[in-house]
Amino acid sequence: MNAPAPPKVRVATTSLAGCFGCHMSFLDIDERLLQLIDLVEFDRSPLTDIKHCGLCDIGIIEGGVCNAENVHVLREFRANCKTLIAIGACAINGGLPAQRNALPLEDVMSTVYVHRRGMSNSGIPNDPELPLLLDKVYPLHEVVHIDYSIPGCPPSGDTIWKVLSDLLAGREPHLDYPLIRFD
Amino acid sequence: MSEQSFILDGKTIPFTPGQTIIQAAMEAGQYLPYLCYHPDLKPHGSCKVCTVKIGERFMASCTTLAQDGLVVESDTALLHEERMTLIQMLFVEGNHFCPSCEKSGNCQLQATAYDMKMMTPHFPQFFPNRPVDASHPDYLLDTNRCILCSLCVRASRDVDGKNVFGLTGRGIHTRLIVNSASGKLGDSDFAGSDKAAHVCPVGAILPKRKGFAVPIGERTYDEKPISVFTAIERKEK
Repeated sequence: MNAPAPPKVRVATTSLAGCFGCHMSFLDIDERLLQLIDLVEFDRSPLTDIKHCGLCDIGIIEGGVCNAENVHVLREFRANCKTLIAIGACAINGGLPAQRNALPLEDVMSTVYVHRRGMSNSGIPNDPELPLLLDKVYPLHEVVHIDYSIPGCPPSGDTIWKVLSDLLAGREPHLDYPLIRFD
Repeated sequence: MSEQSFILDGKTIPFTPGQTIIQAAMEAGQYLPYLCYHPDLKPHGSCKVCTVKIGERFMASCTTLAQDGLVVESDTALLHEERMTLIQMLFVEGNHFCPSCEKSGNCQLQATAYDMKMMTPHFPQFFPNRPVDASHPDYLLDTNRCILCSLCVRASRDVDGKNVFGLTGRGIHTRLIVNSASGKLGDSDFAGSDKAAHVCPVGAILPKRKGFAVPIGERTYDEKPISVFTAIERKEK
């Protein structure tokens, strides 16, 4: 008689004001993904077709918070994930997108959608389908509580693997010097 | 003359009277983390990262004179935690977007954070909004990265004899300014050959047209933590 397989750890991932680079770096764990898939099951993620985050053990979020939809998604993750991980510079301190924080939002929008040369149909998009931008780009931890942060732009595949394998083994994540990078 | 010494984390550190604790420790190859200290310049005592514990008191080791028989603690969990908090405060006070900073990999603030295993700056971001000064033909000034260590102020005043830089304002509004009629670096007598052009521990004063010249992996702090690097460098001197 076969022993029942241990329940898999459920993991959700998402990108807010991110570039998907942290997800690409996650895929850089290469064939270790096959080890990972024996241990975890993916919930909502850009890599699955699940539309909303269900109850999960781990949520991994790249990107800062730049618009209203980001806030809703982030809150959905926080409400459903036992452990929430901010991955990458954007999630941790706003990242390079937060360089727009020095500029008035209206100037940014009108430069791109109104005054840009060669615009045939200029005007700031105002369909309610579109999420409104926030006044500034915010790090995740200024909106919800974050349990762990993995620095890097992006963190290397090895760095992400180390944190995930530590957590899956029930260890407190620990990164050696070469795995901690902010750039 | 009998040699005087103090005890740092159980090790005997010899010193000559008049030396500060950090000077004697560095000479003995013992690393103490610091940002505003520089062996060639007068101490400043603003970053507080070199703080050590002497008896029940926390003292900046860059401004405290060594005394015979002193017992100094540096390598303790409490001091590591205090220093990490200081580094985190410096990170959120400025716009330290390392991914696009030309000093990344060669930056003392970043290297010190790596060495302390800082995973997040923890506090809410200030997102300061000070204009970049690119008026000088060879150097640019981004004071959103400035940590107010005043190394450039001291180097310009005491070594270059020029007085190009100063700190102005109060509290969180304190900032680095340039001593020229327009306030622009280009209108000062600042030059790339100045000591002040080479002491900035972060990416606030940067040479133009020289960014990203060193491949990733070969930058100063890519392989070795700043603590190890400094100790080795000290011994080689």
